[in-house]
Amino acid sequence: MSTATQEPRVHAQRNYLNTDYGWRSWLFTLDHKRIALLYLVSITFFFLIGGSFAVLMRIHLVEPQGALVQPETYNKLFTLHGVVMIFFFLIPSIPAVLGNFLVPLMIGARDLAFPKLNLLSWYIYIVGGLFTLYSAIAGGVDTGWTFYTPYSSTYSNTQVTAVAIGVFITGFSSILTGLNFIVTIHKMRAPGLTWFRMPLFLWAMYATSIIMVLGTPVLAITIFLLALEHLFHVGIFSPALGGDPLLFQHLFWFYSHPAVYIMILPAMGVVSEIIACFSRKRIFGYKIVAFSSVAIAVLGFLVWGHHMFVTGQSVYAGLIFSLLSFLVAIPSAIKVFNWTATLYKGSISYDAPMLYAMGFIGLFTMGGLTGLFLASLATDVHLNGTYFIVAHFHYIMVGGAVMGYLGGIHFWWPKISGRKYPNMWAGIAAVIIFIGFNLTFFPQFILGYLGMPRRYAFYPAEYQVLNVMSSAGATVLGVGYLIPLIYLIWSMRYGPIAEPNPWGATGLEWKTSSPPPTENFAEIPIVTEEAYAYAPEEAAGD
Amino acid sequence: MQNFPFQPDQASTIAKSVDQLYFFLTAVTLFFTALIFSVIFYFMIKYRRRSPDERPHAIEGSFPLEVLWTVIPTLIVALIFVWGSTLYFRNAEPPKGAMEIFVTGKQWMWKIEHPEGQREINELHVPLGRPVKLTMTSEDVIHDFFVPAFRVKKDVLPGRYTTLWFEATKVGTFHLFCAQYCGAFHAGMIGSIIVQEPDEYERWLAGGTPGESMEQSGAKVFQANGCQSCHLADGTGLGPSLLGLYGNPVKLTTGETVTADDAYIRESIVLPKAKIVLGYTPIMPSFQGRMTEEQISNVIAYIRALGKAQAPSGAATKEEGKQ
Repeated sequence: MSTATQEPRVHAQRNYLNTDYGWRSWLFTLDHKRIALLYLVSITFFFLIGGSFAVLMRIHLVEPQGALVQPETYNKLFTLHGVVMIFFFLIPSIPAVLGNFLVPLMIGARDLAFPKLNLLSWYIYIVGGLFTLYSAIAGGVDTGWTFYTPYSSTYSNTQVTAVAIGVFITGFSSILTGLNFIVTIHKMRAPGLTWFRMPLFLWAMYATSIIMVLGTPVLAITIFLLALEHLFHVGIFSPALGGDPLLFQHLFWFYSHPAVYIMILPAMGVVSEIIACFSRKRIFGYKIVAFSSVAIAVLGFLVWGHHMFVTGQSVYAGLIFSLLSFLVAIPSAIKVFNWTATLYKGSISYDAPMLYAMGFIGLFTMGGLTGLFLASLATDVHLNGTYFIVAHFHYIMVGGAVMGYLGGIHFWWPKISGRKYPNMWAGIAAVIIFIGFNLTFFPQFILGYLGMPRRYAFYPAEYQVLNVMSSAGATVLGVGYLIPLIYLIWSMRYGPIAEPNPWGATGLEWKTSSPPPTENFAEIPIVTEEAYAYAPEEAAGD
Repeated sequence: MQNFPFQPDQASTIAKSVDQLYFFLTAVTLFFTALIFSVIFYFMIKYRRRSPDERPHAIEGSFPLEVLWTVIPTLIVALIFVWGSTLYFRNAEPPKGAMEIFVTGKQWMWKIEHPEGQREINELHVPLGRPVKLTMTSEDVIHDFFVPAFRVKKDVLPGRYTTLWFEATKVGTFHLFCAQYCGAFHAGMIGSIIVQEPDEYERWLAGGTPGESMEQSGAKVFQANGCQSCHLADGTGLGPSLLGLYGNPVKLTTGETVTADDAYIRESIVLPKAKIVLGYTPIMPSFQGRMTEEQISNVIAYIRALGKAQAPSGAATKEEGKQ
């Protein structure tokens, strides 16, 4: 192979990857870039596990009576799919992989503020993950990822405790990551990098970190109380023990609704970077896009009650939560309009990251708009608890967050790995994922409107056609996800060598070599221009 | 098309109005999705990169545009908010004179009891064109009573009552689903709502095994648990008289006044120390676990009947409590 002969020359330049090859240099590394790669490998592992649960579910639902497994097993499949995908893939995905890698590079620092805490957060994540894997192997858990009481606390006899411990522990990894980012962004920006010169990805990371630090402790408390009732029958949530069954839902959604923004805000940050780069334009309305991230983070804490419109909560509480939920839609709409306007009079290339970003906008728009159906009281009563909900949140969390994550991986891959991937295959994969995603989840909107409840292991025959369509789409989607896995791994060895700035992007991370040296920058850069200074000199200098 | 419908049956008085909002929302979604998609496609083609050296001029933003696309979505969501909330509030309270039916959810079945005493499992017979109010509770975990054809849904919670009402407008059999995950056979916790012409419904009521009405069963439970030894009719017992109680205000030792509705009576049976009637001591034992949810509902039906039948004399004995 001709590329093999080039190997030694490639790695001649010292970088964070070739400084040391021993296993210790990985497991005890304090380099934020290496920790990002530890996370990348771990969350890919959990994504494959969570994904295979989804494959089994979609196969099962091809037949109305259930084609594959017993109802008890099906319940465990959707529970573990949710737990793994949310707590062990989506929440850490962009922050812990791309955020870890990029926050110091983008602000011109040599590392995060607390490198040891950063490594600790990965170990905590792994320990939490092991508890969850243990619970899956030791018989599974069947409460749904929402762990609603009193089912989870007093009725389920599955591995509730092990999963609760897993989720409890892994929450601390989020808290540490968030804390690290907040301190780093406040204190370690390069000279000249003012708040309003920061790339929007950093604004998104900052807003996300605030949610992680403020929200996750509530989840920890909630899970702790759940475990207390489950193990020692302390009456907190179960009415039979003198508890309040709805209290759990209030506490759980107080974290878990903001958690949706932990998943989507970073993706929005990634998309802002990609659109600016591949249209060579400064983001239209930069400050408004930045502040809309903060607005979403704040408002996101005030809308949890919209998960509870049909629980019998006060109609006036419903009214307020409905209003606030509509308000949180507005900053999201503003972002979509500003991204679209950024394309105007740009110089747009169709490279793979851009295709992912455009896919994100399309799917996120649909996900956001279908959220209006659920913020509206009268329609939510009909749609709550049906497949409409399932479709809606997959449009946001898979169509949005995963598209954004993949876009980000493709955008920064040359920086991370020092190699380029085949652009054509990446484009094909983006299109396949977009199509497969819609084929999988669009039928579920109709299923939900027709009344099919979620979490049904078997269902009335009239819903079969749409279920088969959804399962067929999932096959396309599954293939779409496997293609990048193959060519990205391939590229690590055989991909063409990446130059420091292959996309012609602005941003400090592109000013250092690909892959960067361990210390990131030979000299700390000084920032003299606004973010996204893509325009010719005369315009950028003002 | 029989196997592939695009709309669930519209079989209640509210179904059409909910669907109208649903269709409006669908139109909004399609419009904005089409708008964003077409603008993106247009820009991507029109402004595609023609040479690698292209350096477009910067556009900082536009305040008028930001205002425009903040105000328009705000107006649209305000309209949807008002529309959705109005419908919800209009349908929140059952109309006066609604037929009352009692529902208990348990893993994994629906138990239903008509005031006349008819019991059904996983089936609910109701007459066409008459409002029906369901009072619901659960014996174990949280369930959810969902009738897609009626566009109604309400959680069924252990330890408290929730209510739901509908008025059927179409004769036929409709799905009843549990829409809150409740364990292994959640998917099997389904049943049928059978809407019949009023005379047919009367025949069904008469033809079933009538047995005792809820009120009669309640009277028996009341006696069997010795409730009457304290709750004397003339108000001289250790507990307050229950004559004329139902639906009337009750003054508590805390100075609060509450209305003696289903939830209050249920609480007084299960957690008697939660609310003490003014002038009485908290000596009643809890009947939690000693009465099933169905027995409690029967006792409530009995107390409700005491309230109706004896209202005038009952009001007299409660004179003290009312002032």
